[in-house]
Amino acid sequence: MASRSRDATGNAAERELLSAGDVARTVARMAHQVIEKTAVGADTEPPVLLGIPTRGAPLAARLAERISEFSGVTVPHGSIDITLYRDDLRHRPTRPLEHTRMPSSGIDDKIVILVDDVLFSGRSIRAALDALRDQGRPKAVQLAVLVDRGHRELPIRADYVGKNVPTARSEDVSVLLSEIDGRDAVLLRPAAEEGQS
Amino acid sequence: MRHLLAAEGLDRDTATELLDTAAGLKQTLLGREVRKLPTLRGRTVITMFYESSTRTRVSFELAGKWMSADVINVSAGGSSVGKGESLRDTALTLTAAGADCVIIRHPASGAAHRLAHWLSDTPAAVVNAGDGMHEHPTQALLDAATLRERLGSLDGRRIGIVGDVLHSRVARSNVHLLTCLGAEVVIVAPPTLLPSGIDSWPVTVSHEIDAELPSLDAVMMLRVQAERMHGGFFPSAREYAISYGLSEARAALLPEHAVILHPGPMLRGMEIASRVADAPNALVTDQVANGVHVRMAVLYHLLASEGADGV
Repeated sequence: MASRSRDATGNAAERELLSAGDVARTVARMAHQVIEKTAVGADTEPPVLLGIPTRGAPLAARLAERISEFSGVTVPHGSIDITLYRDDLRHRPTRPLEHTRMPSSGIDDKIVILVDDVLFSGRSIRAALDALRDQGRPKAVQLAVLVDRGHRELPIRADYVGKNVPTARSEDVSVLLSEIDGRDAVLLRPAAEEGQS
Repeated sequence: MRHLLAAEGLDRDTATELLDTAAGLKQTLLGREVRKLPTLRGRTVITMFYESSTRTRVSFELAGKWMSADVINVSAGGSSVGKGESLRDTALTLTAAGADCVIIRHPASGAAHRLAHWLSDTPAAVVNAGDGMHEHPTQALLDAATLRERLGSLDGRRIGIVGDVLHSRVARSNVHLLTCLGAEVVIVAPPTLLPSGIDSWPVTVSHEIDAELPSLDAVMMLRVQAERMHGGFFPSAREYAISYGLSEARAALLPEHAVILHPGPMLRGMEIASRVADAPNALVTDQVANGVHVRMAVLYHLLASEGADGV
């Protein structure tokens, strides 16, 4: 599945870490893990999946769909914007806000699973935990990420990892999702001009 | 965006971004028990009000506090603090003490621009909270936010501004902002309450309120500003109310979907009938609520990011 190519702008080689098929299989596997770990079933309270925009949101929706498909239980999902909780606001241009959409069932006393595309420094997750605290008091919070690329700067780890990818700090991991990017893939690019986390 | 001094000159992208941020903030805070965001922690905002105000000052103070900024209010306490040197010195002192943002309301037109000029060597941002008969940009932004909520896009919408346009900074700011967002503005006022140079404004002018109401998507009633009137602008309050007040009969001329705005404070029975002000399509309280979110958005865009250029 690893292939080298040039993108449209002719930049240096990028490597495809996951193909569209791999992404689908990975999400399906993560769904099975969530079902097992949180004991999704008829007689337990289902977890709530909250995606971190932008790409965590459609990922949470897909994961919820797979879980419902495999377990027969409808799992509520939504999104939680972390922009106002970031610790790097001062050092970046003003960011537009993303959508926060809480499931109507709320999050109090539920198991909340935060969903993001790439786990890197862990700072986004820290911001998400702060944002979550202002929304309610979950029974427990877990983390699901499609790609864990290492280089943590905070004591944070994921409960569900689609793929572990050893990377250099300067490299750039991009998750593409058809809802936003028109196709599914995970790409590794050597040192982009400006990092995206 | 370094300062927010006027609606005139705001480009459509910046205005839309501010309004989108305000809508996002409103949605974020909706139904929450704790209305507090950590975004501007450690930032100091000073409000300097040289003119009486309830809603604008409270609104800015709440906006700052809900984003965790430290907000300090300085008021002139009557008229002892005038213009010129003292305003400059006060502002320089406050920024030297560490203010990141100065919000100013002043009876002199152009005061906010002067202040921004004086503070150009400091990192402090200046927000105009109303300067004389010039501009009140955050009022226009909250009016636009309220209209967007009810009408969707403002493109091609016909919005009437009725009353004392001459003395109204709200009207001036709204004309610039609403036309920049694609709306068509109709000014309805007696000839004595129109500013000179209105010909150059991007608006239609009318003196007949009854003729305009049926075609409006929204009507904004302005307060008659007795405190700025020195001389006879109209024969009597009663005659003004009869010719230009939004009575119940007049409100019935509006299309069904049309909404009524008033920047407050309202003079019930003067420019707006009491029952019209309390009708479901009068959005006066929505305007106040949106005011906080709009001002949060302004502070966010001015203060959240430093170094890199925002908006």
